Amino acid sequence: MIAENLAGKRIAVTGSTGFLGTALIERLVRSVPECELVLLVRPGRRGAQARVTRDVLKNDAFDRLRAELGKDEFDEMTTRRVHAVAGDVGTDGLGLTGDDLALWLSADVIIHSAATVSFDSPLDTAVEVNLLGPQRIANLCKEHGVTPHLVAVSTCYVAGSRRGAAPEQLVNESPYFVDVDWRREVDAARRSRRNEETASRQPKKLRDFRAGAQRELGAVGTPALAAKTETLRQAWVTDQMVENGRARASSLGFPDAYAYTKALGELALVESCGDVPVSIVRPSIIESAWAEPVAGWIRGFRMAEPVIISYARGLLSEFPGVPEGVVDVIPVDMVVAAIVAVAARGPKDDGPDVTQVASGAANPLRYKNLVDYAEEWFVANPIYDELGQPIAVAAWQFPGRGRVERQLVRARTSLERADAILEKLPLRGRTADYAMKLQARKEILDQASGYVELYGAYAECEALYGLENLLGMWAELSEDDQATFTFDPRVIDWKHYVQNVHLPSVVRQARAKTTPGKKVGPSRSTRLRGQVLSPDRQMAAFDLENTIVASNVVTSFAWLGTRNLSPRDRAIFAVRALSQGPGWLALDRKDRSDFLRSFYRNYRGAPTAQIERDAQELLSHYLLNKSFPDAIRRVREHRSLGHRTVLITGALDFVVKPLAPLFDDIISAEMGTAGGRYTGGMISVPPTAENRYQALADYAKSHNIDLRESVAYADSSSDLPMLEAVGFPVAVNPETKLASIARKRGWLVEDFQKQSGAPSRPIPLAPRTGARSEPLLSRMMNRGSGIAKEKTRR
Amino acid sequence: MSPRKAPRPGLVLDVDASTPPILFHHGENFRMEKLPVGRSRIIYPAEPLRGLIDPDQAIRDALDNPIESEPLRALMTPGMKLTIAFDDISLPLPPMRRPDVRQRIIEAVLDIAAEVGVDDVHIIAALALHRRMTEDELRHAVGDRVYDAFAPSGRLYNHDAEDPEGMTHLGTTNHGEEVQISTRAVESDLTVYVNINLVSMDGGHKSTATGLSGYTALRHHHNVETMRNSKSFMDPENSELHTKNWRQGDVIRSAGVKIFQIETTINNNTFGETGPLSMLQKREWEWTARDRAMFLAMQGGLSYMTKGAKRKVFHNWKAPYELTSVQAGEIEAVHKVTTANTYAQHLVPVEGQTDIMTMGLPYISPYNVNSVMNPILVAVLGLGYFFNLYKGKPLVREGGVLIMSHPTPWDFNPVHHPSYIDFFEQVLADTTDPIEIERKYEKQYAEDEWYRHLYRTSYAYHGVHPFYMWYWCSHALQHLGSVIVVGGEPKSVRRLGFRPASTLQDALEMATDTVGPQPTITHFHNPPMLMADVK
Repeated sequence: MIAENLAGKRIAVTGSTGFLGTALIERLVRSVPECELVLLVRPGRRGAQARVTRDVLKNDAFDRLRAELGKDEFDEMTTRRVHAVAGDVGTDGLGLTGDDLALWLSADVIIHSAATVSFDSPLDTAVEVNLLGPQRIANLCKEHGVTPHLVAVSTCYVAGSRRGAAPEQLVNESPYFVDVDWRREVDAARRSRRNEETASRQPKKLRDFRAGAQRELGAVGTPALAAKTETLRQAWVTDQMVENGRARASSLGFPDAYAYTKALGELALVESCGDVPVSIVRPSIIESAWAEPVAGWIRGFRMAEPVIISYARGLLSEFPGVPEGVVDVIPVDMVVAAIVAVAARGPKDDGPDVTQVASGAANPLRYKNLVDYAEEWFVANPIYDELGQPIAVAAWQFPGRGRVERQLVRARTSLERADAILEKLPLRGRTADYAMKLQARKEILDQASGYVELYGAYAECEALYGLENLLGMWAELSEDDQATFTFDPRVIDWKHYVQNVHLPSVVRQARAKTTPGKKVGPSRSTRLRGQVLSPDRQMAAFDLENTIVASNVVTSFAWLGTRNLSPRDRAIFAVRALSQGPGWLALDRKDRSDFLRSFYRNYRGAPTAQIERDAQELLSHYLLNKSFPDAIRRVREHRSLGHRTVLITGALDFVVKPLAPLFDDIISAEMGTAGGRYTGGMISVPPTAENRYQALADYAKSHNIDLRESVAYADSSSDLPMLEAVGFPVAVNPETKLASIARKRGWLVEDFQKQSGAPSRPIPLAPRTGARSEPLLSRMMNRGSGIAKEKTRR
Repeated sequence: MSPRKAPRPGLVLDVDASTPPILFHHGENFRMEKLPVGRSRIIYPAEPLRGLIDPDQAIRDALDNPIESEPLRALMTPGMKLTIAFDDISLPLPPMRRPDVRQRIIEAVLDIAAEVGVDDVHIIAALALHRRMTEDELRHAVGDRVYDAFAPSGRLYNHDAEDPEGMTHLGTTNHGEEVQISTRAVESDLTVYVNINLVSMDGGHKSTATGLSGYTALRHHHNVETMRNSKSFMDPENSELHTKNWRQGDVIRSAGVKIFQIETTINNNTFGETGPLSMLQKREWEWTARDRAMFLAMQGGLSYMTKGAKRKVFHNWKAPYELTSVQAGEIEAVHKVTTANTYAQHLVPVEGQTDIMTMGLPYISPYNVNSVMNPILVAVLGLGYFFNLYKGKPLVREGGVLIMSHPTPWDFNPVHHPSYIDFFEQVLADTTDPIEIERKYEKQYAEDEWYRHLYRTSYAYHGVHPFYMWYWCSHALQHLGSVIVVGGEPKSVRRLGFRPASTLQDALEMATDTVGPQPTITHFHNPPMLMADVK
């Protein structure tokens, strides 16, 4: 009967790219062969039709039908029956125009399943989509005088956090409903966005964001800091909006902004639907399919999945909940079947009707049972850690929400403290790894507390959603329809569902490691390295300090400076340098090019000819000993692959000149000369931070090189602009900040080490030579110059 | 010269129950090992020959009374172009105490030149493709007086085989081997070569044909085929390496390059007859209580030191070598005398081959003076140098086992051995077969711009040098059934294609897989230097 009722009908659907929407389209295409579909999608860059093809029809939900029909027939059939229109439920009139609008209005049934289902969406986003969406659809129909049957998908949780029965009645018919005017809620949400935007632009806030950006990135230069600061500001506004949503929702007795906006959305729809007949379908927590199109089918990570996977990975050992509480889960195919049945049945004559699709009242899954099933299953089918050991799952304690939250907060605080200390230490390479692990651990805890905060309310919810309408409708179905469109939750065997359907599917989706033993095949690093060393690359740019050589401008200077000094003067030099060290470090952290300019003034008056000779010795006696042979070999590998190799460094030209044969080109800081002596002033801005990016971009342009096909090696977050500019960034012995950035973005991280067996030179002072020439830096010795003076002069 | 007992010749000792534990050099450390009774023997070097009483006078005598040549003074004319070339840092080992023999000779030659009125004098460290010598090292070799007089004006310098202007092609031998030496030597009216013959492979035509040459010429004899046909390269008469060098020497001579060869031999007084290391050149059963105490104290001290500190201590050791002979004149004639004098110190007659040869490798090889001994140098010291220190037949039978003792750390000096690092990481990771290595990789390393730059301007061995090291091993690699390194870092030992063992007992046990049970064992007690004359 269902298929017959809908035969020849045109069904418009919103939210078809979502989990529920995709399942719905699949079922309509497969099980209602005579209907036609109109899908409203945001067109994106490729246009609506392409999006439907890519995001809906290519989904593995359609694999079954495609296999049954063959690819050609499937394509022909979907082209004939599935139409895309470009629009957005977030805008008035749905953003529909012209033919699209006409097609939309010609629908006999509209199924509205679009929603921001994320439980932590910002208040105003949730309001625009969840609250105003259904009402916009109704308004559009009214405007054009059409009256299709509007089936709006809502959620059981519109009933709010409560204990006991929650029957299938309209929101405002509930005795517990707190009467609020949805229009004022909309205004308030929009106002709240404006307020947060204003607050985020307060000077103090902006300073905080800037400081945060600096903390995260270090001295990357103004443009990169500005971009990060803005990102942080927007993230802060979003966070505030999420918080506002949660606060408002809980003040009205809803578990979160999703339920709250959905509830008001129903209200608004019923209030403004006029002649448009409306049916509301309220699923509870939708999970993987019971049987259709295949058992276990799921799209994307749903609510419970991250929690389940975190549990299986041993990251989450406590989750709040009442053991005998009911977890109201409903497989997606049952929800779909119920929606189709409602659509086929048609609207009720006595105004909007409500059908709840849930399991708790008819066939409850107890929290304790769920946990037991999951534990039993994961003990038998463990997830494996990276060493190939099975991860043991924790025994669930069913603690209260408060206790779990307190525990998480405590763990986080101690990690944050450790992190704050580590951040201040100059760690690199392997030591930075430790700091990075701490950070990863922190993120896991953040995630865990996020889940607890978000879903805790659901796990503790003890409402029972009435199913009279649903089961009534079920009873009236023919046997054939019951077989094709099963939505009776009583048929579910929960143990079978959890262990044989849902968990295997979730684990598969999460791509968790399910076999023992070490990972076989090339590691991620090997793969990335292969990309970096592909003949397709065009250029490889290298930073010098701590990327190729474990030294810096200060040590080079110290070496050159002490080369021709008497022992007494060397001691004086060392003491002076040590006393100025902290000042130099502080300036370096703030702005690298300012530091370099100040520092390089120390070279004022140095004789160029002698420096050239000494620089050659600097290479042999100091730099090569401090070099990373792996890095040098890498440069040469790039060269032999035909990549253009470029050294780009804030070090002085004469210091790096002996390295010239290693590279095709060197971009370095240049110092002016006059009368055979160095002036101490720079000819151009030293290539650091954004200048480095600029210099590289200019270089690439003048050599007709595509930066996206180029590789860059650097060690510090101050090189971020350069690393971000190329297609293949490599972090070499990264300091903590860069290490965590590289990890997050999946960049190749190389651990280049100094050669074991190299003579160690803990103090960068040159060995004494025969006193043949004047001490290079006599001026510095006498002047006692340095940063302190430079600063006061400014 | 203090009077001392007449030196005793070398000794082959059959190990019996009364034989004490035997000293094995082990890098910057030592091991005392018990050898199996009844089937082991130990070859001890001869005691140091007596040095010349007045070396300076002996040098003057040699210059005035050369062999098959006019006296040096007679070869000089005022205003002529004179070049003095001398052996580089790889000789002798360890470096000798000041004054170095080279200093004595160069000063004597310069005295004559000054008397005759020769002003255009260049002094060149004949290092072929070795690393450049540092100022300190040059000062040590030639003395401060010579250094200060010549170096600042650019007349004392390191040979540069990659200087396109500095090398002259002199033709090819009748076997097609190219000959190429320093342009300065070619253009000089006279080239005086100052040699130190530490082992019998040194000197002769090899001094100039190799020392002042470059890759173009060297590749004709520094290759696997030549090395496999040199049995051994320490025995010039049976060495393909020397045959080819001699052929190149002929070309040099017939091109009109005039060479006055001065060769010297030194005794093997490596560790001193008194002093802190003197027990190292004594036979163990003759150690006094003081020797034992000193040895224990030294081992105790070393165990508290870092690798770097130990290296520093040992590399600071300068050997009290004494000059045992000096002869000058025509190359081939001079070299005959030199070789005889070298053999007089080194040769120890040995009856028959052995199944297993054991050796303790010291901290130094020709290529890691003031540097770390990397795994490739460990291999070449054992399989290249010590294995080839034979006359007649190899000390170990074909298919036998070589057991050497060295920590073999994965350590390299990035300044001296940049191409070694890459050779170890890339080439040996691919294959250890010398032929394959030669075919697949040599050219690429030899012509590499970066290595060439470091060889010419820094202190790096030439890019091709690690290949020569591996070729040096090729005779042994072909001859031996298996190589075991006692106490070697397993990772680097395996990279070399050898097997690591934690103790000598384990190594001997492992060796039975190759040579069967109850094998005969011969321990090569070197240094001080010795050469086995195997009958």
